[in-house]
Amino acid sequence: MNTAVRMVNITKTFPGTVANDRVNLEVQKGEIHGLLGENGAGKTVLMNILYGLYKPDEGQIFINDIETRIDSSAAAIKYGIGMVHQHFMLVPSLTIAENIVLGREPTKDIVLLDMAKIVKTIEDTSRGYGLEVDPEALVRDLPVGLQQRVEILKALYRGAQILILDEPTSVLTPQEVDSLFKAMRALEQQGKSVIFITHKLKEVCAVCDKITVLKKGKVVGTVEATQTTPQELAAMMVGREISSTCEKGSLQPGKTVLRVEGIQTLNDRKLLALKDVAFEVHESEILGIAGVEGNGQTELVDVLIGLREVTKGKISLDGKPITNISPHERIGMGLSNVPEDRQKNGLILDFSVLENLILGYQDKPPFETGWIRLNLKRASTFADELIEEYSIKTPSKNTLARHLSGGTQQRVVLAREFSRKPKLIIASQPTRGLDIGATEYVHKKLVEMRDQGGAILLISADLDEILTLSDRIAVLYEGKIVAIKECSKTNEFELGLLMTGGNNE
Amino acid sequence: MISIIDIINVGLFAATLRMATPLVFAALGGIFSERVGVVNIALEGMMLTGAFTGVLASFYTGNAWLGVLGAVLAGGLLGLLHALLTVKFVGNQIVSGTGINILAVGITAYLSQVIWGSRGASQSVNGLGTISIPLLKDIPILGEILGSTTPLVYIMLILVVLTYVVLFRTPMGLRIRAVGEHPAAADTAGINVYRIKYLCLMISGMLAALGGAFLSLGQLNFFVSSMTGGRGFIALAAMILGGWMPFGALGAGLLFGFTDALQMRLQGAGLLAPQIIQAIPYVVTVVVLAGFVRKRTPPSDYKPYEKE
Amino acid sequence: MVTLLRATLPQIVAIVLAFLVGAIVLLATGYSPINAYLAVIKGAFGDIYGIGQTFTQATPIIFTALAFIFAFKCGLFNIGAEGQLLIGGFTAALVGISFGDLPVYIHLPLALLAGAAGGALWGFIPGILKARLGAHEVITSMMLSYVALYITSYMVNYPFIAPPGWVAQTVPVTPSAELPRILPPTQLSASIFIAIGMAVMTTLILDKTVLGYEVRAVGLSTSAAKSNGINVKNTVVFAFVMSGALAGLGGAGEILGVHHRFINGFSPGYGFDGLAVGLIGGLNPIGSVLAAILIGALRAGGMTMNTVTGVPIDIVSVLQGLVVLFVAAPRLISYLSRKGLATPRLVKSALAKARTLPTEIKRIFRRGGS
Repeated sequence: MNTAVRMVNITKTFPGTVANDRVNLEVQKGEIHGLLGENGAGKTVLMNILYGLYKPDEGQIFINDIETRIDSSAAAIKYGIGMVHQHFMLVPSLTIAENIVLGREPTKDIVLLDMAKIVKTIEDTSRGYGLEVDPEALVRDLPVGLQQRVEILKALYRGAQILILDEPTSVLTPQEVDSLFKAMRALEQQGKSVIFITHKLKEVCAVCDKITVLKKGKVVGTVEATQTTPQELAAMMVGREISSTCEKGSLQPGKTVLRVEGIQTLNDRKLLALKDVAFEVHESEILGIAGVEGNGQTELVDVLIGLREVTKGKISLDGKPITNISPHERIGMGLSNVPEDRQKNGLILDFSVLENLILGYQDKPPFETGWIRLNLKRASTFADELIEEYSIKTPSKNTLARHLSGGTQQRVVLAREFSRKPKLIIASQPTRGLDIGATEYVHKKLVEMRDQGGAILLISADLDEILTLSDRIAVLYEGKIVAIKECSKTNEFELGLLMTGGNNE
Repeated sequence: MISIIDIINVGLFAATLRMATPLVFAALGGIFSERVGVVNIALEGMMLTGAFTGVLASFYTGNAWLGVLGAVLAGGLLGLLHALLTVKFVGNQIVSGTGINILAVGITAYLSQVIWGSRGASQSVNGLGTISIPLLKDIPILGEILGSTTPLVYIMLILVVLTYVVLFRTPMGLRIRAVGEHPAAADTAGINVYRIKYLCLMISGMLAALGGAFLSLGQLNFFVSSMTGGRGFIALAAMILGGWMPFGALGAGLLFGFTDALQMRLQGAGLLAPQIIQAIPYVVTVVVLAGFVRKRTPPSDYKPYEKE
Repeated sequence: MVTLLRATLPQIVAIVLAFLVGAIVLLATGYSPINAYLAVIKGAFGDIYGIGQTFTQATPIIFTALAFIFAFKCGLFNIGAEGQLLIGGFTAALVGISFGDLPVYIHLPLALLAGAAGGALWGFIPGILKARLGAHEVITSMMLSYVALYITSYMVNYPFIAPPGWVAQTVPVTPSAELPRILPPTQLSASIFIAIGMAVMTTLILDKTVLGYEVRAVGLSTSAAKSNGINVKNTVVFAFVMSGALAGLGGAGEILGVHHRFINGFSPGYGFDGLAVGLIGGLNPIGSVLAAILIGALRAGGMTMNTVTGVPIDIVSVLQGLVVLFVAAPRLISYLSRKGLATPRLVKSALAKARTLPTEIKRIFRRGGS
C-alpha cells in the first residue's frame, strides 16, 4: 500500500477549545501535502499529535497502514516521522554536527563521541538532497535559511520518511523559499512524504500535490492542488471574503516628525547591524520598513527608542535632537512604541490591565500627584475609559494581563500608546501571532491614527501588511535602506527583490 | 622579625592546593547544576551536610572511606531534593537552595548535639590521613606541593579532568549542555530532559558533599558546626570566574585558595588584627565578581522547562 | 475572610507540614514532639517574660524580612541582611555614644537614621555592583555579610572597645539615644512599634508610589520595564538601598532598644531569619509581621524547650528550613493536598468513630456487669 500516514477521527480538546474535531488526514508516499488554515485552526496541534508531543483524546493513527500509538517524539522518530518546527529546536552554542546527532550520537571506545563519523555522515546526507552545510559551523552564526536546513538534516539523519514542516517559509526570503521547495521536491522524488503546514495560499498552490484545509479544528475539505485556486482556498479557510486591502484614502503628508540620518550601530555581537540608515516620517503618513528579519530591524527600533547607542548619525523628533537621550525622555517627548514581542516588552504579564495601561507613563500627570505618590483613583478611571473605548475584553481592570488572549493583550498596548496621541508611533510586527479579526482591528487603528495626523513607522516582515498599510515603503537590507518607494508605485516582486539584495536597475 | 620568606614559601603553595580543593569540588558541582539550567545556591548546605555525614559515618564504622561514601550519598540525596523541588514541582531555585542551606545548618548542629552532646564539635574520628606518591614526592618543589597530601586532593584533580571529558567528549555531556541551553530542542531530539536534570543535580550534590568531606575528614578529623564558612558561595564565584568550565573552576579555585592560605599565614605573622585578615578572602571574592563578571555569560537561562 | 484564608493557605500548609516533619525528626532522635512543642508554646506565651522575649526576638526579624521582601519585589535576592543589620547597628551605636549633649528628640532619631544609613550603604554596594556590572547579588551580599561581621568585630575589639577590655563591646550609648522599654521587666523596646510602622510604610511605598510601581515592574519584567522608559539600573540600586536601610534600622533598634551598646555577636542570625520569615509571610509586609512573631515565639520558647525537655535549640533552624522548602514549591503543596484529599474524609470518619467509642465502652461494661 502507498499510504504513508493516515490520521482517522482525531479529536483533541484543551480547556476552553476544541483544537481538533474528528480530523481525517491521508498522505501517500512520495507526496507533498499542504495543511492550510488560519492561526488557531488546529494545524500545529494536529501535527504535534502526529509527532507524539500531544496525545489525542480520540482517534487513530496508521503508519504504513499499521495502527500505531505515538506517545512521545522518540516514538515518532522511531516510526520515521520527523518535524521541523516553526521555532527552531537548535542549540546555539553547539555546532551543526552536534545539533544533528543530538540524542543519537555515534560513539567510539564505548563512551566517547565519534566526531569523524558524524561529519562524514552529514556530508553524505546533505549532498543527497542538495542541502549542503559546514558541519563544524556554530548554529548561532548561521542565517535563518541555513538553520532550517540543519533542522531538515536532523530529521533525515534520524531516518525520517515523513517530514512535517511547520510554517517553514515565514522567515525566508523569496529566494530561500525557492531553495526549500526544490529540496522538498527532491525528497518527494525519493519516495518521502512531506506535510507542509502554512497559511500562505500562493505557496501551497505552488508546491503541493494535495491540500487539506482546516477551519476552527475541523476539516473543511481536501483538494488536488491543480484543481483549485487561491481564492477558493481562501474562502474555505475563512468562510468569508477577506478584504486584502483596507480603506486607505490618500492624505497629504504633513511636516517631518522623525528624521534619521546616517545611523550606524552595533548588534549584540559587536558587529555592524546598521550601516547607514536615513529616512523621514511625516505627519499623516505610514512609512513601512520592509525586510526579512535579521537585517537590522530590531536594532533600528532599539536605536529609535533609546535602548541602543548609535555609533554614528543623528536622530531628531519634531525638530529636536534625541540621538542619545534616554527612553524615558523620548516617551516624554511623544515617542510611542508598539513592540515586536508584546509579552516581553509591551506588557508586564503579572501586572493588572490597569497597571499595564499606565506603564511608561506612571510618573507623568495625571497619575503622579506631588511627591512620588501614585494616584490610583485617576488611573482607575483612565483604565475604565480605555477598556470601553478600545473594547478590551477583560473580566475586570484588575485581571492580570497573563490571562488575556493575544489579541486582547495587543489592544491593551494599543490603548495605552494611542490614547496619548503621540507624535510618533513605532509599530513592530504589530499583528504577529494574531488571528484575522485581531489583525484587522490593529490595521484599522493604525490607519485611524494616521488619519488623525499621526506619524507611524511600521516595521513588518509581512509584505502583505506593508503593502496594505503603508503610504511609502522603505526596504532594509543588511543594515542599509536600499530604497524608498511610494506604495502605489511598487509591487511585491520588486520589494522581494530589493529585500534580498537585488535591484531593478 | 617576620621576613617575607616565612609567608611566601613552598608551604604556601601546598596550602593553596589544599584550601582550593573543597572549593573546586563544590564548583564542579555547581557546573553540573548550572549547565543543566538550575541555579544551585545550596552548595554551602550540601557541603556542610557532606562534612557532617562523613564524620558521622566514620564514627559509626571506624572507616574514613566509608565516611566519604556516606558524605557522597547524603549529598546525592540533597541534590535529589533540590531537583524535586525545582524541576518536578517547578519551585523557585534560589528559595529551594536557601531552604536546604538553613536546614543543613540546623540538622547538622541538632544531630551533633544528640549524638555527641555538643553543638560545637563532634568527637574525633578516623580521618583520611595522607598518602604519598613514590616518585613524585621526591621532586624538589613540586613534590612538596603535590607528592604527599590527603587523597581527596588527587581525587579532585582527577574529577576536574573527568568532568571536562564527560561534558565535552561524550554523548552524555552533549545532552547535558543541550538540556541546559535549549531544553525544548533536547526534548524534541528524544532526550529525557527531566532525567538528565535529576542526574546532574544529584551529581552536583555529591561533588559538593565531597568538598565538605575534605574539610572534616581530610583536613581534620572532626566536625565543627558551620565549618564550611561560606565556602559554598565562594565556590559559586569560582564557578562563574572559571566560565562554567572545569579547568576554569580549578584555576579560580586555586586563586581563592591562595587568598585563604595567605590569610592564615598573615594571621600567624601578626601584622594586622585577625579580623581584618580574615575578611580578605571575602573581599577578594566581591572584587573578583565585580571585576570579571562582565566577560562571562552563563550557559543557560535557568527557566524551568515544562512540556505542554 | 475566606479569600484571606485561601491566599495564605500555602503558607499555613507549609508550616503545618514543617512541624509534622519536625515531629518525625524529634521522634527519631528520642524526644516527644508533643512535649517539645508544648514547652515551646509555654515558653513563648506562658508568662510575661516569655511574651516579652517572643516579641523582642520578633522585632529585628520583622526588619530583615521587610528588607528581603523589598529587594525580592524588584527581582533581587538580598541575603546580606545580616551584614546590613550589623553595620546599621554599629553606626547607630557610634552616633549613640557620641553627641551626648543632644536632647533625646534629636539624638534618638539621629541615631536611628544613622543605623538606616549604615545599612543603606551596605546595601548600596551589592546594588550598584549588580546594576552596573551584573555581579551576582546573592554571592556579593553573602560575602559582604562576612565582611561586615569581621569589620564590626574588629571595631568592637580594638578601637571602640569599652574599658577595661574584657568583653567585646562598646561603651553604653547615652540615655538620650535609648529607645524606651515598653514592657518591664522584659527587654521589649519601642523598636517593635518602629518595625510595625515600617511594615505599613513598605506596603505603602510598594503599592502607592511611583517608585514602588517601578520596583515591582522591574521585578516582574525587566525587559518590559526597560522598553517603557523605566531606568532599571537606578531602580535596582534604589531597591537594594531601601532593603539595606530597613535591615540597618533593625540593627539600630536592637542596639538602641535592647542592648544600649554594640556587643559583638548580638545577632544570632536575625538577617537569615528574615529571609525565612519573608517567605513564610508570603512576601507580604503584614504577613511577615505575623510570621516574625511565629519565629520569635519559636526562638523564645525554644530556650524553655531546651531547658525543660533537653531538645537542642537547633530544631528551630530545622523547622525554619523545612518551612522555606515547603514554601519554595507551591505545586508541591497542591500535589500533596491532591494526594491527601482523602485524608480529611478519613479524619472525619475516624473522628466519628471516636465519638461513638465512649458509648460502646459503656455498653460493654454494662453487658459485662449484668
